[in-house]
Amino acid sequence: MKISILGGRLVDPANGLDQITNIHIAAGKVIALGDAPAGFEARQSIDANRQIVCPGLVDLRACLREPGQEYKATIASETRAAAKSGITTLVCPPDTDPVADTPAVVDLIRHRSIQAGFARVLSLGALTQNLDGKQLAEMGALKAAGCVGVSNARTAIKSTQVMRRAMEYAASQNLPVFLHAEDPSLADGGCAHEGAVSVRLGLPGIPEIAESIAVARELQLVEQTGVRAHFCQLSSERAVKMIARAQYDGLSVTADVAAHQLFLTEMDIGYFDSQCHVRPPLRTQRDRDGLRTALKNGTINAICSDHQPHDTDAKLAPFPSSAPGISALETLLPLTLRLVDEEVLSLSAAIACLTRHPAKIVAANSSLAIGDCADVCIFDPEQYWEFTTESMASQGHNSPFLGWEFKGRVTHTLLAGHIVFNTRS
Amino acid sequence: MRRRNLQLDEQGRLRHLLTIEGLKRQQIVDILDTAESFITSSDQQVRNAQVRKVPLLRGKTIVNLFFEASTRTLTTFELAAKRLSADVLKININTSATVKGESLLDMLQNLEAMQCDMFVVRHSDSGAAHLIAQHVAPHISVINAGDGQHAHPTQALLDIFTIRRHKGEFAPLTVAIVGDIMHSRVARSQIHALTTLGISDLRVIAPKTLIPSQVEGLGVHVYHDMKEGLHNADVVIMLRLQKERMQGALLPSEQEYFQDYGLTEKKLAVAKTDVMVMHPGPINRGVEIDSEVADGPRSVILEQVSNGIAVRMAVMSMVLGRPPMDKESEGAP
Repeated sequence: MKISILGGRLVDPANGLDQITNIHIAAGKVIALGDAPAGFEARQSIDANRQIVCPGLVDLRACLREPGQEYKATIASETRAAAKSGITTLVCPPDTDPVADTPAVVDLIRHRSIQAGFARVLSLGALTQNLDGKQLAEMGALKAAGCVGVSNARTAIKSTQVMRRAMEYAASQNLPVFLHAEDPSLADGGCAHEGAVSVRLGLPGIPEIAESIAVARELQLVEQTGVRAHFCQLSSERAVKMIARAQYDGLSVTADVAAHQLFLTEMDIGYFDSQCHVRPPLRTQRDRDGLRTALKNGTINAICSDHQPHDTDAKLAPFPSSAPGISALETLLPLTLRLVDEEVLSLSAAIACLTRHPAKIVAANSSLAIGDCADVCIFDPEQYWEFTTESMASQGHNSPFLGWEFKGRVTHTLLAGHIVFNTRS
Repeated sequence: MRRRNLQLDEQGRLRHLLTIEGLKRQQIVDILDTAESFITSSDQQVRNAQVRKVPLLRGKTIVNLFFEASTRTLTTFELAAKRLSADVLKININTSATVKGESLLDMLQNLEAMQCDMFVVRHSDSGAAHLIAQHVAPHISVINAGDGQHAHPTQALLDIFTIRRHKGEFAPLTVAIVGDIMHSRVARSQIHALTTLGISDLRVIAPKTLIPSQVEGLGVHVYHDMKEGLHNADVVIMLRLQKERMQGALLPSEQEYFQDYGLTEKKLAVAKTDVMVMHPGPINRGVEIDSEVADGPRSVILEQVSNGIAVRMAVMSMVLGRPPMDKESEGAP
């Protein structure tokens, strides 16, 4: 279908563009910027006057709950929520049920997402079989099935030897490893940051060193094995500083942060608000500021949602027994735009954290140059709106941001040249 | 959604008792004064405080919901309710890990349908009482009888009640809490109570493995040595040491713990001569406290138990006996 997006402010970090222009799309691709090519007749024109047009957002971590936990969410429900939020590419961790340690599961996820047609879903394959940290998964087959990386998700690999072998093997397959740095014995039984709030509320703590000790181990193994490594959802300033040091020393490591870690701290738990039960836990103001600084200086260059939709009952339990996680797709862009308002990032740097940089990590497209796939997010940067349960498209309504007022709202999302979300429809 | 003071009503009166944290000094004093009013015997014999029966809660139904085993707390709550002339229902829930929030809240709805007025709750998860208080019908009050490692407010109240009966004033006191601070809901509530009452020096004494990080933020001074920590103490509160602490590599052995932190007459010699020794029970003789001290003249351990009845009566009658407040909410489903 031929579509023209007219008069929008195109912010395309991959091509260094920030200008008011038109975009013309045909057969799923960008065919022209500015004036329409001779003879081009758009079937549909989108008036993007006063709006921002950018590549579709790439979210490096979204649990879609399918297969295995369809009572929490499905690929269809969550990719629809993604489309509503301007996200066109989702990276799904392997901790589904069954675990994505075989091509069959990866195929199933891809087929379901194609069927739904709202967003691209990329899979991370399991690093070890059944994530049990013992035997390597068939990474070659997983790669052939389309996995963009391998990960043991939130299940720690206790044996350093197994982790080393897994990294070596992934390196030979030229697959990046996605690491969740958490020392399992230090984090054992914990549910909140070990500090002022956990001592007051008597919540079993997860100390900051649970993260930094694991980061230290993984960094040494990355150096040893030469694998390309990505650290997922860092939560502490100390860990971020170690990553910065490693990057300075020339190690090929990248890192992301979950949007909520840039806004919330342990204090937000208040009196046991289970919506603030997340893993890694919300830490201190200093950590939050450290994460923001790392975004500014590029140590962390991607912001992800760490989307974890839950059924109502999962959060209706005493804090330690409630399930961790936030249904976060729909707050990814609004929270990131708030960083622009708070002058942490420029608009183009903020958009780069949601497009160009995460796309590079999973080798996905995130550019609107001529000939590129037309995955587009259009949003109104001035629109104020309140985030409510009723406004949510995700099947999971678990969010600590309910009731927040946000500025900036998606109006259209295009996936390969097709409009998959349109506020006016 | 995040209500600030769940346990107070619009007028600032106690609607639930979930934690000591956030209570005003005067509220705590009012509870102690009310408890005192239930004690009839003359103060000559403080150790045998007699509690009279009063009809304050006639017609009210109180449900003891214990998801975790208890003897003293459950019994004294039951006695307290009966002395207030309330009807008491005891529900012991086998506390397997399968008791999930869902069934918990479902069960509460069923109990609400049976016209109960108060839930006294004990649960192994920190925050359980808050969760229940958030979800009960507006006419129901919740008393926290111990949630995980968070709070045990009535225990702390009966402890300070016992201290007041012996020492009178709080301001000049030096109090030392000894033992497993890390896992103790009793210690957390005692710390909040004693700091709110403004005592001059509050200490915790234990090896580092049993002291949570940043506990100083609660207003205590940390000691790792008994001799230093007990020096000039007016009150020593011993905490129970759970056997499972040996497994988690927190302590090498009971013997070594007793050697370093067990309360003996010898260690107690550096405290004030009129020091009082307390313990929330049940005591492990020869682990955290020597029998000679536990049964000695300075021990008030049994008195604590009997004071528990008056204090729990005070809390229940103050929470339930408020003049009717939200008329409109009385008829809510």
